[in-house]
Amino acid sequence: MDGSKKVQLKDVSFYYGDFKALEDVTLNFEANRVTALIGPSGCGKSTILRLINRMHEEMGRTRVEGEIIMDGMDIYSRSVDVVELRSRVGEIFQKPNPFPKSIFDNVAYGPRLKGIKKKEALEGIVERSLRQAALWKEVKDKLDKSAMDLSGGQQQRLCIARTLAVEPEVILMDEPCSALDPVATQQIEDTIDALKNDYTIIIVTHNMQQAARISDYTGFMLVQETGEPGRLMEYGPAGKIFTMPDKKETENYITGRFG
Amino acid sequence: MASSNPYRSQRLAHAILALFTLTAVSPVIAIIAYLIYKGGGALSWEFLTAMPRNGMKEGGIYPAIVGTIYLVIGTIVFSVPIGTLAAVYLTEYAKQGRLTRAIRLAIANMAGVPSIVYGLFGLGLFVLLMQMGTSLLAGSLTLGLLVLPVVITAAEEALLAVPQSFRQASLALGATRWQTIRKVVLPNATAGIITGTVLAVGRAAGETAAIMFTVAAFFLPSLPDSPFSQAMALPYHLYTISTQVPGMPEEMKWGTALVLLLLVLCFSLTAALIRLRFRRKRKW
Repeated sequence: MDGSKKVQLKDVSFYYGDFKALEDVTLNFEANRVTALIGPSGCGKSTILRLINRMHEEMGRTRVEGEIIMDGMDIYSRSVDVVELRSRVGEIFQKPNPFPKSIFDNVAYGPRLKGIKKKEALEGIVERSLRQAALWKEVKDKLDKSAMDLSGGQQQRLCIARTLAVEPEVILMDEPCSALDPVATQQIEDTIDALKNDYTIIIVTHNMQQAARISDYTGFMLVQETGEPGRLMEYGPAGKIFTMPDKKETENYITGRFG
Repeated sequence: MASSNPYRSQRLAHAILALFTLTAVSPVIAIIAYLIYKGGGALSWEFLTAMPRNGMKEGGIYPAIVGTIYLVIGTIVFSVPIGTLAAVYLTEYAKQGRLTRAIRLAIANMAGVPSIVYGLFGLGLFVLLMQMGTSLLAGSLTLGLLVLPVVITAAEEALLAVPQSFRQASLALGATRWQTIRKVVLPNATAGIITGTVLAVGRAAGETAAIMFTVAAFFLPSLPDSPFSQAMALPYHLYTISTQVPGMPEEMKWGTALVLLLLVLCFSLTAALIRLRFRRKRKW
């Protein structure tokens, strides 16, 4: 699947109630690449993530126009089961949100939903997922301890492991490091780098250096006038966006002139 | 001018607030102290475990204690599952709008209906129409209805207190709404639901008007042996020995009241301990 289009947005607009939050976004997310969405607060970056796993449907009156296609299939067509979609599209949230359960039970949560009950099978999944999330060494002797006792960075890697245990194809990350210190951020970034061989990763970040460090492609989003919807201003390989963007607005943003 | 000195007005405010708190708490302490003073002497092993004798004037109140415990269990059985599931529907499933507002208003109103009305309703519906007769079953159902609003409201609050981020995490992992509720929301709301249950139990245990037509007997020679038996109950027993038994020893009346109070305190204490255990485990 290398370099192919995993998720495609075609003329996507989005409304919260009557408010148009997003307008005519067309964008392809490449398979096995890290794509970063950057832009000032409220420009619709996180909204795009929610549209891909349809989590916006949990938050009241919303409306989507346009098409979002994953592996050739419109994820909003009637035949798509949203529960199944979400096990193919994992999400890491801004604030680490482990369940108040043991480390083991957190990672085993998803597999158990799918009916995997055998202890050995679960143990295998838990170990593999924790290794992938680079957390195994730190927690292997305390899997039965509460996840709430871990540090913030460890909790976030646990959440990554919990998502990996479901074996998603796409992983959405909504500012996953914004609540973490620089060392923990570094660890998460290393984890993301290791994961992109197997997963398509879409990350929203406010941290421009982070986007430049970890992303292969970068999209810059902007609300041009207050009250207007967010639009995708520019999209391309990260190297190009951060060195010679086409648009003035992009340049202003990445050089820190606003936002 | 007093108000020109912020420290002085602050001290004054503190003093007044403390005084009112004391005023609110002191009647409770006074009641307990008075009950112990008047009825403490009646408490004995025999008082708690013997049948009444000599037209209630001697012996114990064992059947009334047993009856009240049965009623409390029956009330829990009928109110907690229904109340919890209704709360789950209202908070997790129902679209928030005019209908849910109307339902919540109805529930709030139910909580304000006088208990004698529940008693008459229970008499009409359970005892007569459904032909359950004056029985533990009819009484438990009536009390269950009476406490339902308390249970629903407490359970709703407990469910709403579970952080939204837990629900999101679960849904994003491919859980259905029901799986999310069962595995994440309900386990983390248990402590709050137990609190509601206790409030309900306290009310059910002390309720007189709702049981006088539906279950309570003045005197029974033996303990109830099925859900269709009549039963004695502490509050009704207290009411009858206070109003309808001439020459009733004072100490026994106060002793009965004391036992009722201790029983309710026991329930509350148990629940407080359970809650404490749950709370120690939670860290969000």
